[in-house]
Amino acid sequence: MTVTSDRAAPVPGSAAIVVEGLTKRFAARTAFEDVTFSVEHGEVFGFLGPNGAGKTSTVRTLGTLIAPTSGRATVAGLTLRADNGVEIRRRISVMPESPGLYLRLSVAENLAYFAGLYELSDARGRIERALRAVNLAERADDPCRSLSKGLRQRVGLARALLNDPQVLFLDEPTSGLDPVAAREVHELIDELRKRGVTIFLTTHRLAEAERLCDRVGIMNTTLRMVGRPDELREKLFTKSLEIRTRDPLPDPERLLAALPGAEGWHRNQDGTYVFAVADPELAAPEAARAVVAAGGDLLSLSPTRHSLEDVYLQLIDTDVEAQS
Amino acid sequence: MMLVVGVLKMNLSAARIRAVARKEVRDYRRNKFIATTMAIMPLMFMIAPVVTIFALPASMPADKLDTGIGVSMLYLMLIPALVPAVVSSYAVVGEREQGTLEPVLTTPVRREELLLGKALAAFVPTLAISYAMFGVFLIFAATVAHPNVSADVFHTSRVLPQLLFTPLLAGWSIWAGIAVSTRTSDVRVAQQLGSLASLPPLAVTSLFGFGVIKPSLGLAVVLGLALLVIDLLAWKAVSALFDRERLVTGGKA
Repeated sequence: MTVTSDRAAPVPGSAAIVVEGLTKRFAARTAFEDVTFSVEHGEVFGFLGPNGAGKTSTVRTLGTLIAPTSGRATVAGLTLRADNGVEIRRRISVMPESPGLYLRLSVAENLAYFAGLYELSDARGRIERALRAVNLAERADDPCRSLSKGLRQRVGLARALLNDPQVLFLDEPTSGLDPVAAREVHELIDELRKRGVTIFLTTHRLAEAERLCDRVGIMNTTLRMVGRPDELREKLFTKSLEIRTRDPLPDPERLLAALPGAEGWHRNQDGTYVFAVADPELAAPEAARAVVAAGGDLLSLSPTRHSLEDVYLQLIDTDVEAQS
Repeated sequence: MMLVVGVLKMNLSAARIRAVARKEVRDYRRNKFIATTMAIMPLMFMIAPVVTIFALPASMPADKLDTGIGVSMLYLMLIPALVPAVVSSYAVVGEREQGTLEPVLTTPVRREELLLGKALAAFVPTLAISYAMFGVFLIFAATVAHPNVSADVFHTSRVLPQLLFTPLLAGWSIWAGIAVSTRTSDVRVAQQLGSLASLPPLAVTSLFGFGVIKPSLGLAVVLGLALLVIDLLAWKAVSALFDRERLVTGGKA
């Protein structure tokens, strides 16, 4: 899978997206409020949150489909304003959650329509390249009606690549796809990342975000936190060592005292001891020796691994959709 | 003409308008409901006029003959009034229903370009069908009707309004249909309201059909200008109704 580019290089040092205090309200309902973040060129930025958290509304706002209530933003080097709408839309691509294909038209006819809307030169060549990028060149003449949901999603991606966008917004690109189709979409996103395309990816699949995204923002009407997944883990969770022994330790406090930088301990319901330490790597050998010295049978010892899901669940604790 | 004025005044892209119109025509041709309706409806509205002029006795008093032929011509005017309403009232709400509107609105296309492309895709086939049906009617009038009836049908006061009002009615019907389509959320409701909205101008055209107003060259120029003004005003008015935010969010705004 290869994707070629004739996209103009972005201005060095400038961010692809800058958002400052952006808010959108629909009458009495707040879609999102006081959202501030930036996305660098070439970055894959994940936007996570539960249903109703304001992810799609944010994409629609940055994609100039809906107007913000307040706040400022810059997208692909242009200030988000109504009179910049056409030029912003020329520089970006948005793939909504549902690909929205004309089912009575063929794959190539669908893409030709959008090539016309973007007024692209060499439309035929671009369509061929976009279809090759998503491995659909052989299906160009098939009516979209005959394609599976996964293949339709790939046509949607091919369509989003037609104008060689500076910023590509993907709204839940793997929603409703089976694991194989989802993996194909992930591979394509990986390819685009290698090519240097800035990708703004909304998803509630945390494993997907962890695998694909350089940084993530966790949203629940307000933006709760932004950073690399490992940064978020560090910010939210104390570092710790997990120790499993065959039998309960006779005196865990003595073990705690033996560990460098230890701050406390507790025992999980499954019997695992968790020792909060400043540096798990440094403390691990000491911990192993201390357990053995205390007469314990050591079964396993490892630094505690917090997934992005743990981070997410720590930050998102309410059902936004039910409340709105 | 609409296209030229639009492009000159508003810096619109003819290429994007063409892209929209081409896609619309392609999609309508493969939409069985629309293709069937556009094929059958004109035939239905032509049967009654043909039967009428065939059945009109030459001995009928002149005023009754006038009325009979006037009614026949009115049937023919239903073609440009009602046929495009089927297509135009589907134009926006149909895209919303099938989820294709949002991706289109994320492209650089302006709402004026999108609507103009959709209007052209309804206008050109409607004009072709309406004039073709009128041509067929004239052939029947020339070959099967009594010479007195035929002479009445071919009179300038009959032919000129038909030629003039066909694009006028089509233009009105298309913009009324698209206006309804931008503000409703159900295709069937849009098509019913669009058909109703296309009917009022028939009241004016029927005055010509029944000979209450006599057409002349001056009137033709006035009506031509009226057509242009109505089309442009309707285009601007419908463009103002086309609210991206409301269409995308389903009216949360």
